[in-house]
Amino acid sequence: MKIAIKVENLVKCYEKTVAVDHVSFAIPEGELFGLLGPNGAGKTTIINILATLIRPTSGYAEVAGISVAGDRDALRRRIGIVFQEPALDVKLTGRENLQFHAMMYSLSKPERKQRIAHVLELVDLLDKADLLVEKYSGGMKRRLEIARGLVQHPKVLFLDEPTLGLDSQTRRHIWDYIRKLNKEKRVTIILTTHYMDEADYLCDRVAIIDKGRIVAMDTPTHLKDVLGGDMVHLEISGGDEPLVDVLRNADWITAIKRHDGQLSLTMEQGDKRIPELMCAAMQTGTQVLSVNLRKPSLEDVFLHFTGSTIREEELVHESQFHFVHGRGRR
Amino acid sequence: MKAIQGIAIYVLWLRELKRLLRAKSRLIGTLLMPLFFLGFLGMGFKRSSIPGVPAGMEYSVFLIPGILGMSILFSSTFAGLSVIWDREFGFLKEIMVAPVSRVSIVLGRIAGGITTSLFQALVILLISIIMGFRPQNWLMLLPGLLFMTLISMTFIGLGLAFASRMRDMQGFNLVMNFVIFPLFFLSGALFPLDSFPTWLRILSRFDPLTYGVDGLRAALLGKSELPLLLDLGILSGCALLSVIIGAWSFEKSESI
Repeated sequence: MKIAIKVENLVKCYEKTVAVDHVSFAIPEGELFGLLGPNGAGKTTIINILATLIRPTSGYAEVAGISVAGDRDALRRRIGIVFQEPALDVKLTGRENLQFHAMMYSLSKPERKQRIAHVLELVDLLDKADLLVEKYSGGMKRRLEIARGLVQHPKVLFLDEPTLGLDSQTRRHIWDYIRKLNKEKRVTIILTTHYMDEADYLCDRVAIIDKGRIVAMDTPTHLKDVLGGDMVHLEISGGDEPLVDVLRNADWITAIKRHDGQLSLTMEQGDKRIPELMCAAMQTGTQVLSVNLRKPSLEDVFLHFTGSTIREEELVHESQFHFVHGRGRR
Repeated sequence: MKAIQGIAIYVLWLRELKRLLRAKSRLIGTLLMPLFFLGFLGMGFKRSSIPGVPAGMEYSVFLIPGILGMSILFSSTFAGLSVIWDREFGFLKEIMVAPVSRVSIVLGRIAGGITTSLFQALVILLISIIMGFRPQNWLMLLPGLLFMTLISMTFIGLGLAFASRMRDMQGFNLVMNFVIFPLFFLSGALFPLDSFPTWLRILSRFDPLTYGVDGLRAALLGKSELPLLLDLGILSGCALLSVIIGAWSFEKSESI
């Protein structure tokens, strides 16, 4: 199988922080690969390095067989990218934005005409193509950007938080387009997201990234298997030691985690075990406030590997960020 | 340095042009200010004799090349600084990630900036001609055009250099108030430099716009402080230097 992206020991340092910390992975051609992690984990930095927008501090990275330190223009011609924040000229029409792009990529006139019509059709924007982009909705802008990323026939398409800030119905549509591109057009796609459901639904393989490091990488199914079954969360008031002592001796429980007055238990067929858990709680005099059974999600996988939920990570990161940067950002 | 890509320069130029023609309010706004200056100053000082204005020349006529210089100064600096807007609205990333050399990007921007600011200056010139202004010699409009182009290049380069160093929009007002307005008043666009004290006259010799305005007066009115060719030589040097500095700063900046 041919390799579309190869990253080895990639490091990017800024003055005080290490944004990317010895990251390595390889993506075969045709894969839909996801970088999953909280804001500030280093996902966008990795994308920007692969797209040759910033230079790595050390390490090696190549896209479509070309090193990011090598022929940048040749590499750029082989990739398409959709940035996290909109990058459209709203004073131009949709079609003009695509024409601008096609000319920047030196496509010939007949090629331009054919490709632009093709990508507009792909994202269902043919009838809106001659409207100024400032009249577009958020979802239409995203679709236009995805279309633009495809004009030059890229081997690899980068999508940085493709559904950030969109409503759930529009997200579904964008997901369908992304899938279609990957399965029908055989475009290798690498996307970043901090939405668990997005990574789970779309990606062939996911790398969970936290504080600049990859903590786990596999198919979503395999990642969830690591947790060894269903998760039962018990919310407990008061001491949980007596109950935990009893549960430690139960061989059907594969893992016990204590987390903020909650007990997270891992087991097969959790629904059938809940009565038993309640008995144990009563016998030990533990007051259970609520019981929650969940089939494992990537959120749990993240919790498992990093010891905190993705939301907590973001809060910590933001408070540090505001501290360092004073006024914060827009 | 990689090759210069004509098609990329062309499309960058085309974009500036389309944006100019679509932003009707901006177009009218940038035309109105110079026309107000021309109209009100010209009328207001009609009967007063201003020292340094060549004998037999009306102040309103003396003012026209100055106002052309002013219009180009503002619109060109604005064109150079518009990189900040593109950064703010994200479009700069789209430009920077394309397989296009930085030189081509800078050239495209300069071409677009020259076109838009010359367009505005020519509209002002046309209005003055309709109002009765006659250049000393119609053929001398050609060197006039050359001076306008050089003024434009100088200040697009300056704008680019500033924009490459600025991260947000706040810097824009700073540049306008502390760089562009002083350059404007120092240049002698509004009144002859004769009335300045010596130290200000010396300072004005370091202002590229001084040579631009003086050159425009030489071309359009046939009266100037310095010979036309000297103005042309110094201004050409300024334009070249400024474009190089602007391009170099743009190349150096991590622009995303």
